[in-house]
Amino acid sequence: MNEATSLATATSAPIAQDPAAAEAARYPGARRPDRRRTLVHHGLELAVWEWGDETGQPILFAHGGFDFAGTFDVFAPLLADAGYRVVSWDQRGHGDSGHAALYSWDADVRDMLAVLDSIGPDPIPILGHSKGGGIAIHLIQAVPHRITRFINVDGIPSQKNPPDVADHDRTKLLANELSGWLDHRGRAGTKTRRPDSIDGLARRRQKMNPRLSIEWLRYLVTVGARLDADGWRWKIDPVLRPGGFGPWRAAWSLRRMVALPVRMLAILGLQPEPMGWGTSEEGVLPYLPRDAELVTFEDTGHFVHIEQPERVAARVLEFLS
Amino acid sequence: MSPVRLRHDRVELALHILQEGEGPALLLLHGLGERSPTELPAELGAWPGKVAALDFTGHGESSIPQAGGYTAEVLMGDADTALQHLGEATVVGRGLGAYIALLLAGARPRAVRGAVLCDGLGLAGGGREPGSSSVVFPNPAASAPPDPFALAELARDVRPPDYATAFVRQANQLSDLEQPVTVACADRPEWLEAVVQEPGVGEARPAAALASYLVQLQAASLQPGPEAC
Repeated sequence: MNEATSLATATSAPIAQDPAAAEAARYPGARRPDRRRTLVHHGLELAVWEWGDETGQPILFAHGGFDFAGTFDVFAPLLADAGYRVVSWDQRGHGDSGHAALYSWDADVRDMLAVLDSIGPDPIPILGHSKGGGIAIHLIQAVPHRITRFINVDGIPSQKNPPDVADHDRTKLLANELSGWLDHRGRAGTKTRRPDSIDGLARRRQKMNPRLSIEWLRYLVTVGARLDADGWRWKIDPVLRPGGFGPWRAAWSLRRMVALPVRMLAILGLQPEPMGWGTSEEGVLPYLPRDAELVTFEDTGHFVHIEQPERVAARVLEFLS
Repeated sequence: MSPVRLRHDRVELALHILQEGEGPALLLLHGLGERSPTELPAELGAWPGKVAALDFTGHGESSIPQAGGYTAEVLMGDADTALQHLGEATVVGRGLGAYIALLLAGARPRAVRGAVLCDGLGLAGGGREPGSSSVVFPNPAASAPPDPFALAELARDVRPPDYATAFVRQANQLSDLEQPVTVACADRPEWLEAVVQEPGVGEARPAAALASYLVQLQAASLQPGPEAC
């Protein structure tokens, strides 16, 4: 059995069991990857997905936090049809990759390098959305000789400071968040994600992705969730949740970005939304590396490539040509 | 004596009980690459209550996770797991463990009954901001504890001074101890120098700091409760 056959079998099984899934899985323009392979990286299984001809020019995509490679199911085929071999992977704890004991930014950068190594030794272009764009900035700084071009899709942090609050109140806010985070970790070993119908999961996700259509979110459920006896559940590791703790400053990423020695295309969606970073054109301009291009989409939110797949693909193909 | 096994998400932690006893408990946190001592170190003096020592994830007899991903915050979760088991404890940390003791004192200001920060391995971490990027691939054959991923990742874990002082302020504001954090270190990397400058942070030798906390805790336990008034 070849890899393509096993992929079709694995994805069609739960869909066949749920009539709503069969309908949700038919999203205009969406195409599941042509190949799936498993990369075992220091004992951790990473699900690697590929669209397009295996002999095409490779390009590596990195998805955002709480997403998975399947969120490229409309966008990636547009590049694949233009001759690219698009490779992406589910980050640790996300999608079909293994749930790790530990998660960190450094670990994600290292996992990305392992996927890059699995493609081959030649330098290739990379594209990252949101957190994936942030990881890519670190990867390029660590191994600049492995990357030819860099496309950052709304993955540039904002220098904007949070609204000021009194020191006393800030301390209490931090205290509540911290104890909440530790309590969550304390329960995480026994936690599972809440089961629901396809529509229920899609509507829950819509709170984080209010600009994306319910049809697209239902489609994502058929890829990023699994069907258990009591309903559909997101596959993402239950220990992961937005927020978390650790020192992090936008300036650290911006200072890395300005130094990058590869040509960069920066794409910003300017409409604010919950998962977005609120990054403005003025905030980015001083930190663009040499010869970088900046493209803004006024009428689009954080998920630029999902809202405007054709426009983004056309711009990316032009940049790569 | 075999350690108590505690679960922190997917990691099994070893909590060594060095001494049983009545009254306030003492929790020891080791430095980077170390493991728990087998007895209460002499420099800490005597402690009448229970004394427990935690092996952090990837260290000593705790389990080694696959493929790294260490952060100080996850180790704070390790220490919190031990704290939940003990209920309340005075915490003494060496090096990396000192930084974790500070984080825990800020995160659990009621349950940490004083934190004493001592010299030891991994005190400085990666400094106030990240250096140039690099990707570390430890040798997978080196699987004995300590986990090489822990050594590599926690040695460059970033520790901005204002991040550390946020935890001190939280401990100061929410603990009922007069000086919930005491610094006993001769080495003072930037984050620790900032901590010492915060109002309400004590400085003392480890044994003196512990003796002072013990007096405060014993006095608090002798005070009549509201129902006795």
